[in-house]
Order: sequence, then C-alpha cells, then structure tokens
Amino acid sequence: MMLPHAITLPADASFGMWRDHARALLQSNSPPECVEWRIRSAQDDLFAESDPLPEATPTSHKTVQRGCVRLLQRILCHTSPDRFALAYRVLWRTMHQAGLIRAATDPDIAAANHMAHQIRRDVHDMKSYVRFREKKIPDRNERHFVSWFEPDHHILEIVAPFFAGRFTDMNWLILTPKGSIARNGTDCIITREPCARETIEDETEQLWYTYYRSIFNPARIKLKTMRSQMPRKFWKNLPETELIPEMLVSAQRWKVQ
Amino acid sequence: MKRTFSQRLAILSDAAKYDASCASSGTEKRTSKSGGKGLGSTESSGICHAFTPDGRCVSLLKILMTNFCIYDCAYCINRIFSGVERARFSAEDIVWLTLEFYRRNYIEGLFLSSGIIRSSDYTMEELVRVARTLRLDHNFRGYIHLKTIPDASPELLAEAGLYADRLSINVEMPTEQGLASYAPEKNAAGIRSAMGHIRYRMDAAREKAPSGRRPPRFAPGGQSTQMIVGADAATDQDILSSSASLYTGYQLRRVYYSAFSPIPDASVKLPLIRPPLLREHRLYQADWLFRFYGFNFQELTENRPDGMLDLEMDPKLSWALDHRDIFPVDINRADRETLFRIPGIGPRSVIALLAARKHRTIRLEDLERLKISIRKIRPFITTPDWRPTRLADRTDLRTLFKPAPAQLSLL
Ligand code: SF4
Repeated sequence: MMLPHAITLPADASFGMWRDHARALLQSNSPPECVEWRIRSAQDDLFAESDPLPEATPTSHKTVQRGCVRLLQRILCHTSPDRFALAYRVLWRTMHQAGLIRAATDPDIAAANHMAHQIRRDVHDMKSYVRFREKKIPDRNERHFVSWFEPDHHILEIVAPFFAGRFTDMNWLILTPKGSIARNGTDCIITREPCARETIEDETEQLWYTYYRSIFNPARIKLKTMRSQMPRKFWKNLPETELIPEMLVSAQRWKVQ
Repeated sequence: MKRTFSQRLAILSDAAKYDASCASSGTEKRTSKSGGKGLGSTESSGICHAFTPDGRCVSLLKILMTNFCIYDCAYCINRIFSGVERARFSAEDIVWLTLEFYRRNYIEGLFLSSGIIRSSDYTMEELVRVARTLRLDHNFRGYIHLKTIPDASPELLAEAGLYADRLSINVEMPTEQGLASYAPEKNAAGIRSAMGHIRYRMDAAREKAPSGRRPPRFAPGGQSTQMIVGADAATDQDILSSSASLYTGYQLRRVYYSAFSPIPDASVKLPLIRPPLLREHRLYQADWLFRFYGFNFQELTENRPDGMLDLEMDPKLSWALDHRDIFPVDINRADRETLFRIPGIGPRSVIALLAARKHRTIRLEDLERLKISIRKIRPFITTPDWRPTRLADRTDLRTLFKPAPAQLSLL
C-alpha cells in the first residue's frame, strides 16, 4: 500500500499553485486516497514543505477536457478548505472515467458544481455591487475612482477582465480583504495582499440617493423580493440602503393619504 | 424659482417609475477594449445594481427627458391635466448624468423616455440626440434603451436603432377598447404599425445585402412593450392572447406587465385600487412558461372559468392539477417536453436530468443532488424507489396544494 502523501498549501493558494502539485501527483500516479491536502497555518514552519513525491512512473499522456479545467478553476477560487482535495478527486476520476464530468448526480461532481455555483454567484454579486467613489487628485488629468468590496471567495482573477473591459477611460482601484485589482493607464494589476478600507467622500453619490428614492414606487412594497435579490450582507457597503427605512415610512404615509 | 439639478432628477425619475422594464440584457456583447478608449460594456444577461423596496431592480438610469406632455392618457401621471410638478433635462444633462452614474458602477446604461412636447418628431429628435452624443462624442458602449414615439418619422427611427440596444413602444392597454377609452389621442393600429416597422428593420439588419455589405445596425437587443394590468376590464385571457400575438407577430423580446398603480392626482376615470401585485406575478409566471417551457397561453387559461389565472397557485401547478391524467411521470423515461410539465422542475433541472439519465437510473436521492425540491415534485413523478398515490384518486387535490392563507399577504 502507498503511504499517504501530504501537500501543504497556503490558505489562498491560486489555481496555478494547486495545478503544479496536481500535475506532479498525476505523473507519479498517486490516487486521491493517498494524498492529504493541508492548509498552512501561521504556526507552520515555512520550510516544512510538502513531502517529496514518489518516483514518477511514466503514464500515458492524457489531456484534461476543457470543461473540466473550467470547473477546476472555479472550485479553486472557493474558500472551503476541502477544495484542494475535491479538485484532485474530480481531476483523477474524470481522467479515469470518460463523461463523468456531466454526471451531476455523482457526489463529487455535485459538490464541485455546487462550489462552482457559489463562485458564479459571488462573481455576479461583485459585478453588481462594486461602487466606485471618485478620488480627486490635484493636477492630474485622468480621473481616479476607488472602491471597497468584500467578496466571499478568491475571485479577483475571474472578475478583473469584466472591470478592465468596462472602465477603460479612467483609473480605478478595487480594494478587498482578499487583494486588489487596479487599472492605471493601460495595465490591469491584481494582487492577493489583504487591503484596508479607504474612506472617500464623493458628492455625486447624493444624486444617486435622489434617484434611488425617486425610482421607488411606494404603492408596491415587496421587501422579501428585495432582500432575496440584494442580500443583507451587502448593505453595509451600499450606502443607499440606509435610505430604506425612511422610504418605507413615507410609503406608509403615502398610503394613508 | 429655478429648480436644482437634484430636484429635477427627482421629478423626472419619479415620472419614469411606472415603466416596469429595466432590462439590460439581450444585446450584442461589447467591451471598451476594442477600438481605442471608451466607456462601458454589455453582458449577455444584464446586471442589476440595486433593488428598491418595491422589489424591482435598478439596472438602468430610467428617466424622462421631460414630464411635460400634450396628451391626456388617463393612466399616466404626466398627462396634460395632471397637477404634477413639471421639469425638463437638456440632452447634455442626461448625457452627463448617465456617464457619471456609469463610472461609479451604479448602472448598466440609460433607459430614456419622454412626454410629448411640441410634436412627435421634435420629441423623438431630442431622444435620439442623447443617444447619438453618448455613442459618438463619448464612445459610450453601455446599454441604451429608447422609448419610441409611435408616429415619429422613419428616418428618426432608423437613427434611434443605430445607437440604441433596445427600442420599445408601450401598448399600454391589453385591448383596443381599453386604449380608446383611456388614451384618446393614441390609436392601437398606429402603435402596432410602428412595432411592425421596427421588426422589419431588425430583420433587415440581420440580412447581408447581395453585395456583401452589412446593413446598418438596428437595435440588437430587440423591442419590448408594456401592458397595464388591472386598470380596465381585460381578463388574464385577454392579456395573454394579446401577448401571444405580440410575441409572434412582432417578435418582441419581452412583454412587461405592470400592475396598475394608483398615481398621485389620478384621473377620475380610474379605479381606486391597490395595485394587483399577485395578479401581475401570475402573469409573469405564465409569460415565463410560454417563453421557456413550451406552454402556449391558450392552455393556461382555457380551463379557468372566468378567464383569470388562479391567484392561489402558480399557473404550472394549476395546469398540472387540471391534467392529472398525465401524472405521475416516470422521471427516467419521460421525454423532454413532458419533463417540462412537471411542477417544480425548471429548464436547468431538465437539462441536468437528461444528462444524468445517461449515466444512471435516477432515484429520489439523486434529485436532491440536482437541487430539485423533492417535496414539490414528489406527487407528480415516479422513480424506482418512489410511487405516489395516484393523483386522480384524490378529490381534495386543489385544497391540498393551496398555500396557508397567511402566506398570501404580500406585505
Ligand atoms: S403620451 Fe406618454 S407621457 Fe404623455 S400622457 Fe400619454 S403616456 Fe403619459
């Protein structure tokens, strides 16, 4: 029997880091049961790296299907500590069982699809709820915008192309606890360093409040729909939601009249 | 006293809120990367950037250029004899506001409409000027939806289609009589012919000329319309059959249903009611079943005694209870069309089921992995490990599926 092989990765390990290990494991023909994926904790000795791999046995060279790579990329953005092991299990099993990736009732594939779904949701939310504020920098022609956002997962690499393709005639910076995306001139730079929040006042935001208040129809109240579409966890970074109580009070008054 | 910018914004967005549409979907995919500097991009499915307590999403800056109007449509807050405050934005004001909101990621683009001032052509020309300035002077590549004035000239319409992603003309009332009594200056035939004209141009834009030249772009996001529900006597059957002819005859992308909502300073012609939100919801469900589930509208209302959809349950469940002879359905054998008819199963689940069936026989526990609610679909299906009591044997069926009364309250 093979001895379990331990691999230690940082908590925010990227797809690339995982892939390098996974590739080596495949080459040495290590089945998922024999691999233990660990997350490096603060106390860990930085140099207590992964065990050396058993001798590589040349295997027939198989390529991984594109659909599978996409799925693995998504899973690896997740913050769940189980993701490394799950991703390797999915990779291993799809290499040995054609068509498995489409078997949505398989427990591994179901778990992977579920994670991928949460990632898609997180990406979608970030596109929706990032709010830029203008930061005035004297003597500069270009305009600068800054945002603070708190994604649930490590999705900056996935959403960056969206913002880069959309805001090309201004400079911008999105700060998050999981890193940042910045566009300065023509380059888009992504980091994984946790950022601190920056507070900026932007007077145009007042017009947005005016709009938000006025576009609301007080004759129809559907709070449940609103809350399910715009979950509470985002509210602290969406300043217009502070207007909601006041809007509901005036809707009451409107109804009485 | 001159109003501030913010006061005018309040008036002009307040006047625009009775239009339900806020969609930013269905257009071509663009970014600002190609072709030098610009601002904006579009996503195939659209993005909502906020929700207000009325449950509606904010995706576009939805605004009127002016709420002055020379017409007298009874259901409209801007009609000439309404005592509402009036304001007007210049084309430049709207362009500026759209760009500033867009840069802050509040919106996907602009939905611009207007009351009719001076003449139809003058009004339309002003709307087109906003779109033109955004596209040509500012390289704006976000979403633009323009409300079209039915009797504006064809040249203006062609130009509108060149810059806009979506065009819309509201039919407003589900029936011609409704329109005639509530909007005396509008006529149903004129509205339909304008829609036909838009459709014709959209079709033409898709075809390459024999010379190989591409025809000018025309509203790649299609056209949509809106009907007001509950202001006149039209039944759900009337409304849905009107939708059917709009979808097929004019290839509309969307028909919106807007529960008639009492407006401030209402015309005396109008009923004094709370907006029929639940009815509106059921109409949207029926519309959804038509567009994505292969139902036709006829089926959904033909068994309903008064031509109204059941308010107590969704139209698909109601249909299933009226056709209990086809249930339970064998989930491992049923064809695609039949799977679509099972209450509690949506298009995504149907695709997942069909794919999963190739690998194994589906049992109840598999449904859970496919994220299908067993509780909802159990009475309608069989699996090797499950067989329900035959629905046809139960007489108390409708009461069984009715929700508890308390859940009906929407507040
Ligand atoms: S023409 Fe339009 S804005 Fe004018 S009253 Fe009729 S619906 Fe209202």
